[in-house]
Amino acid sequence: MSDRVSVAKTYKLYIGGAFPRSESGRSYPVTDSKGGFLANAAQGSRKDARDAVAAARKAFPGWSGATAYNRGQVLYRVAEVLEGRREQFISEVALSEGVQAKKAQSLVDTAIDRWVWYAGWTDKLAAVLGSSNPVAGPYFSFSTPEPTGVVAVLAPQQSSLLGLVSVIAPVIASGNTCVVITSQDRPLPAITLSEVLATSDVPGGVVNIITGRTAEIAPWLASHADVNALDLTGAPESLRADLERSAAGTVKRVLRNKVGEDFAVTPDMSRLRAYLETKTVWHPMGV
Amino acid sequence: MAAPTTLPSALADAVRDESSLRRFLHGLPGVDQVGVEQRAAGLGTRSIKKAAKLHAIDLAISMVDLTTLEGADTHGKVRSLAAKAKRPDPERPDVPRVAAVCVYPDMVKTAADELKGTGINIASVATAFPSGRSTMDIKLADTRFAVEQGATEVDMVIDRGAFLSGRYGQVFEEIVKIKEACGDAHLKVILETGELVTYDNVRRASWLALLAGGDFIKTSTGKVQPAATLPVTHVMLQAVRDWKTQTGELRGVKPAGGIRSTKDAIKYLVAVHEVAGPEWLDPNLFRFGASTLLNDLLMQRRTQLDGHYSGPDYVTVD
Repeated sequence: MSDRVSVAKTYKLYIGGAFPRSESGRSYPVTDSKGGFLANAAQGSRKDARDAVAAARKAFPGWSGATAYNRGQVLYRVAEVLEGRREQFISEVALSEGVQAKKAQSLVDTAIDRWVWYAGWTDKLAAVLGSSNPVAGPYFSFSTPEPTGVVAVLAPQQSSLLGLVSVIAPVIASGNTCVVITSQDRPLPAITLSEVLATSDVPGGVVNIITGRTAEIAPWLASHADVNALDLTGAPESLRADLERSAAGTVKRVLRNKVGEDFAVTPDMSRLRAYLETKTVWHPMGV
Repeated sequence: MAAPTTLPSALADAVRDESSLRRFLHGLPGVDQVGVEQRAAGLGTRSIKKAAKLHAIDLAISMVDLTTLEGADTHGKVRSLAAKAKRPDPERPDVPRVAAVCVYPDMVKTAADELKGTGINIASVATAFPSGRSTMDIKLADTRFAVEQGATEVDMVIDRGAFLSGRYGQVFEEIVKIKEACGDAHLKVILETGELVTYDNVRRASWLALLAGGDFIKTSTGKVQPAATLPVTHVMLQAVRDWKTQTGELRGVKPAGGIRSTKDAIKYLVAVHEVAGPEWLDPNLFRFGASTLLNDLLMQRRTQLDGHYSGPDYVTVD
């Protein structure tokens, strides 16, 4: 029997719950840590980013309007599907990051646990971050956290799955929708994650995943007037100042992470809190 | 049957009586369905960028019939629509005004008061819009009311039932009478192409409306799917172009319903240029019946000028 020729894959983007090719028609080869060919990934363009923002905006009312409990259930379901694809993730992480199988296994397990950790937060945010405020007058005053809106996420360049999960989960847990630019050289786990999201209960458009060159697409997202927040985690060092400056043009929230953030450590609430706005309501007593 | 204008002999013959009208309409060459769809799709791929795009956006804005035809319309909504018609983008006074505001007859007065002296037309739908199912007296009264209230353009619907059962004479008479009732107001004849089924029917209805004196032929009410499509607009543009060749008169076309993005609008403009000719690239001869299109045009205009993408937070909510 002859050796079977393996099927070389050419992946596509994940926008609005569908898997379109890049508008530009471009793709680029993805290699493992030693330079061996793995697959072709779509090379997204600014117009793909624009379409992704439109999709995220369209999904926002439904996702932010869903009950926190329901969002939690949906995220748990994602963790279940992640678990089902565990072997695939382990091999992709091992190839992309050039780590041993055992290390890859621990990274994938931590990523799944991280997702579950954030899923548990959805219905506890309002209790922890909201408050009933004592005021000097005949009023009730309540503060409640509300999602910021559409978040542009530049995913970490090194940590291809754990880092990715650690930046996406907190954004959508609190009811935001997002456009993610994946790690430029290690996009495979992100592409598989998009297949996981498409086959779980997450509504189309809540997470949009674009592969390609971060430096090419990020400036368009930073200046886009319909993006409400920007996560700079995976931004190239040389671009950060410029991205922040153009984000200021439309007063976006900008998350500047600590350089060399260790995603293996159990996080605190800072990423959840970063994409929440506080709404305070005053209500007359006795009415 | 009375021909509304002096027509060349071939066309004057066509409107002599119902049977000659039928003979004329059925004698029109059939539409090549595959051909027209392919040509529409082909022209749709043409790339319009930079300065040409900016010009197209401004032209499209000046061609918009800003429309609100909802059961839930209020005088307040019409007033805010009129304000938007005058200054589509309040932060940028160089944005052209829209061509007209299109409302139901009972809202015409409100719109007319708001738009007095601006040069923006007030279009009103009439004749038992959108179904057209009523008696002739009521349709005429509807039209006269709209014109008395201050409408400068009347959008009438044809009786599709009569047209589809082949009673062309009845449809013709209706258009002629409504045209009389309009007086100085321009008449747009809505064919409701979504209910006419075939391109041949669209071509016949277009010629029927032109023969009866419609100043514009309009695709749809916006209440029936499919509304305006590119191939249907191609067929109608061919009709007005041929009308000009035969009579020397310029008549307009108005696609309405379902045109929501700047990209779509530019495809229509390309079709106008290629099928009818550059002289139709004029708000007096081509209009877009739309409500959400204007916001997308404004956002695209900002994108072109600011160098970054804009968002719905920067245009009015309507």
